[in-house]
Amino acid sequence: MSDQALPGAPVTETATAEEPAAGGRPVPFRGGGFVPKTKFWLGPIVFVVIIALLEWGTRAGVISALTLPRPSDVLATFVRLWETGLLWDHLVPSLTRFAVGSAMGCTAGVMVGIAIGLFTYVRAGLVPVVAAIFPIPKIALLPLFVIWFGIDEGSKYALIALGTFTPMVVATYGAVDNVDRTLIRMGQSFNLTWASIVRKIVLPGAMPGILSGLRVSLAIGIILLVAAEMLGANYGVGAYIVEAGYLFDLERLFAGVTILSVLGVTVSFLLGQVERRVLRWRV
Amino acid sequence: MDLALDAVSHRYGAVEVMRDITFDVPSGRIVCIIGPSGCGKSTLLRFLGGLERPGAGRVLQLGTPPSDSLNPLTYIFQDFALLPWRTVEGNISLVLEDHGIGGDRAEAIVADVLARTKLADFRTALPKQLSGGMKQRVAIARALAVNPAVMLMDEPLSALDSQTRELLMDDLIGLWTRAPFTAVYVTHNLAEAVRLGHRIVVLSRRPGQVREQVTIDKPLGERGFADPDLDAIQRHLWSLMREEAMAADQELVDV
Ligand SMILES: Nc1ncnc2c1ncn2[C@@H]1O[C@H](COP(=O)(O)OP(=O)(O)OP(=O)(O)O)[C@@H](O)[C@H]1O
Ligand SMILES: [Mg+2]
Repeated sequence: MSDQALPGAPVTETATAEEPAAGGRPVPFRGGGFVPKTKFWLGPIVFVVIIALLEWGTRAGVISALTLPRPSDVLATFVRLWETGLLWDHLVPSLTRFAVGSAMGCTAGVMVGIAIGLFTYVRAGLVPVVAAIFPIPKIALLPLFVIWFGIDEGSKYALIALGTFTPMVVATYGAVDNVDRTLIRMGQSFNLTWASIVRKIVLPGAMPGILSGLRVSLAIGIILLVAAEMLGANYGVGAYIVEAGYLFDLERLFAGVTILSVLGVTVSFLLGQVERRVLRWRV
Repeated sequence: MDLALDAVSHRYGAVEVMRDITFDVPSGRIVCIIGPSGCGKSTLLRFLGGLERPGAGRVLQLGTPPSDSLNPLTYIFQDFALLPWRTVEGNISLVLEDHGIGGDRAEAIVADVLARTKLADFRTALPKQLSGGMKQRVAIARALAVNPAVMLMDEPLSALDSQTRELLMDDLIGLWTRAPFTAVYVTHNLAEAVRLGHRIVVLSRRPGQVREQVTIDKPLGERGFADPDLDAIQRHLWSLMREEAMAADQELVDV
């Protein structure tokens, strides 16, 4: 301000005033991170690198043939499976069991979860029951299911259904609890019917939680698929793996395990697509 | 249709929230409620719209609502309460669907309220794409769609910046001048109260009691910036609120 009154002074004044700017350091950047992005190419590259390392290791003798099979041998086994048509003989029953069992378990789980989320008495009555069932290793119950539902498909469906049911219940009622109450009050204040509030506010609001619960449940479903096929199944990826395991046939074991991994990746990819469509409204 | 509160008192457990509140909301007028934080304004509004029941006293509806009113007591919320998974028009048709209004009739209503709130271009936008002011305009459009007899607004502008607030206040005044509606308007902001209120009910700190009711006769359309009459009223309101607010502030520390 006073500079303007002294015409002579500003030259030196501005020179000294600008000095800190010239010698200044940029403010260090501290933001960034915590926002994982999807990089589609990185996942496959990691796979390829790991497999290439294993191939090199087994060929060079760093990894003995007894520890791990050679990836190329596993691939050859897989190709044989494909050519003989045995792949489909194993895959089709497995996929059916997985689809039927997890459809039953997840549907029931979502319905029970919503009921727990909405009704006081259902919550009081069922939450302890679910908490009691959840930690039971479902595999331990397989013999029981065989007695109840028969050695055929019934026991397998039951095992997968029960295994996917409990995590689905827990995820769903958590998601219902998390639905914004002000939205529900809003619905009531506009005289929406109870059914409308559930269908148009509670369900869509709980959808993110339900879908992430579905991810966990379906992964558990794949795990239990193998368990279910341990007893009384001639065909199925699980039966194939178990048989290979008894014979210590590592190539076949790994070929079977690879099929399960691919199934897992496929399920997860499909769910990702569903999420992208259904949850487009999310910020 | 008028609303009236008759000796309403309420407590939450050991906390007495309000005591013996009596006032009425005449039809076609905007009644503003001001009072220090925690004096029970939001609670009072929930009583007025039937979302909660008072511990003592009555909330009365005098006269019948107009027959074309789909939802006589309609809220506008501070945080908008829009469904994030529905578009602007979806949020409005939400409140029509349960009244069996669909097709062309719903279409006409949606188009009308969107035009009145200047949102016609944003019909298919999702809430996440809208600014705060636009979201609140959607909420106002949604309220207008059900043709309310009384609008219950809980700090509808307090989540917005001051410029947007001015614009929306002008919008509300415009809406009211074209078609006078009845409203109960809760606010912290004394300037909003003197701009929009035909009557201002001043509540004391908790337990909330009616401290004074101030009536402003000047028509809404003629109330502008730096109006000396309004300024005088606002100063008077502030002198009432000042000690209550200071005392309430102290009490919050004790809790
Ligand atoms: N559901 C509830 N259960 C228990 N206490 C409550 C409940 N709702 C409100 N209160 C208490 O009642 C008092 C009044 O709350 P209310 O939200 O009505 O105040 P307010 O005047 O709207 O405050 P603000 O200006 O901050 O919005 C507060 O002390 C609050 O903690
Ligand atoms: Mg409040």
